[in-house]
Amino acid sequence: MKIVISAISPDLDSVIDPRFGRAAYFVVVDTNTLEWQSYPNPGANASGGAGTQAAQYIARLGAGVVVSGDFGPNAYNALDAADIAMYLLGTSQTVREAVENYKADQLASASAPTSPGHHQR
Amino acid sequence: MRIAVASGKGGTGKTTIAASLALSLTEAGTLPIFLDGDVEAPNAHLFLNPTFEKRQEVAIQIPQVDDDKCTYCGKCAEVCQYHAIVMMGRKTLVFPQLCHGCGSCARVCPEHAIRETPQVIGVLERGPARSGIPFARGMLNIGEPMAVPVIRQLKHWIEPRAGQLEILDAPPGTSCPVVESMRGADFILLVTEPTPFGLHDLRLAVQVAHELKIPIGVVINRDGIGDDRVDAFCQSEGLPILMRVPFERAIAEGIARGKTLVDIHPEYTDRFRQLFMQIAALQ
Ligand code: SF4
Ligand code: SF4
Repeated sequence: MKIVISAISPDLDSVIDPRFGRAAYFVVVDTNTLEWQSYPNPGANASGGAGTQAAQYIARLGAGVVVSGDFGPNAYNALDAADIAMYLLGTSQTVREAVENYKADQLASASAPTSPGHHQR
Repeated sequence: MRIAVASGKGGTGKTTIAASLALSLTEAGTLPIFLDGDVEAPNAHLFLNPTFEKRQEVAIQIPQVDDDKCTYCGKCAEVCQYHAIVMMGRKTLVFPQLCHGCGSCARVCPEHAIRETPQVIGVLERGPARSGIPFARGMLNIGEPMAVPVIRQLKHWIEPRAGQLEILDAPPGTSCPVVESMRGADFILLVTEPTPFGLHDLRLAVQVAHELKIPIGVVINRDGIGDDRVDAFCQSEGLPILMRVPFERAIAEGIARGKTLVDIHPEYTDRFRQLFMQIAALQ
């Protein structure tokens, strides 16, 4: 199973980035092998639509699960439409911890947007 | 000629200055047109008392994807700079709240799978105001995030006659709606306060005006409440300070009751006429 975690730097031991749409990096981790690969978020500095842009990127990476600190309404609806499961970081401090917590079933799933959104058009 | 009256932040007395300028220029042949571009919180009507006679809805064209025709090629998502249309696997999703109605997605769709439907986001209203000034304002519907199209349509709603002055009261701030209000203006009158906040916001507003390559003049309102750093900034940037309105209790109280400067102090009429002459000379 491939899961994506938002992070401030591009590796498995990076500190997590609580923002989804404006996360600096997305680290994709295979939960069985712990093999990982990281991708800079193309929308980290986008002026608008960061959430939908990031969601589209995650869909393209082919991940079924994303773990982050905050999903705005647009990101939430986009990820939800693609059946990508969303989980909250909880107390996880690093990408590795987030993966472990996910595997141990310790993460709460986000079943609704967790913030009112940040966009402005 | 169009003058945009702007300020980096709210509460600097921008609208009072704009309304006073309009009222001071009503005897010069053609009446100036007044446009209230603060579409999220219009308030110039409080000073100019218009009677609205005409109303027009502002709509933007929001795309709708026909799933039967869509081949998920992703061209629409690629072209949309606002990420209002995105590909989520084999789904093409539209986010109307992010959409600017620019029409790019429909234009690039090779399958003609995108149909556009109008969505009303606000309204324009117009009618004669005090002294017969042609007045118009835009109002964004509550909850609608996009002010720019309303301002854009407001700017073109009343066709000025040859030589007729237009005064556009811009929204506060320096975001997209402010840029849209300034765009196309021949002169930008920046209203500021001589305080650190005033200076900070003035700097930002000046940057925007410079990017648009539009000449600027500054009005210092509530002169005397702060320090002289706004003065120093204007001097170093070569920005002309065209008027100073002192901080005065009578003025503050009058404004709170919906009076303009020229109602409170009729002698300001002449000062505003001179201000206008200076603007005319500067651009
Ligand atoms: S109309 Fe423009 S802003 Fe709206 S979805 Fe299409 S490309 Fe994006
Ligand atoms: S461009 Fe047209 S065909 Fe291609 S994904 Fe968008 S809607 Fe579908």
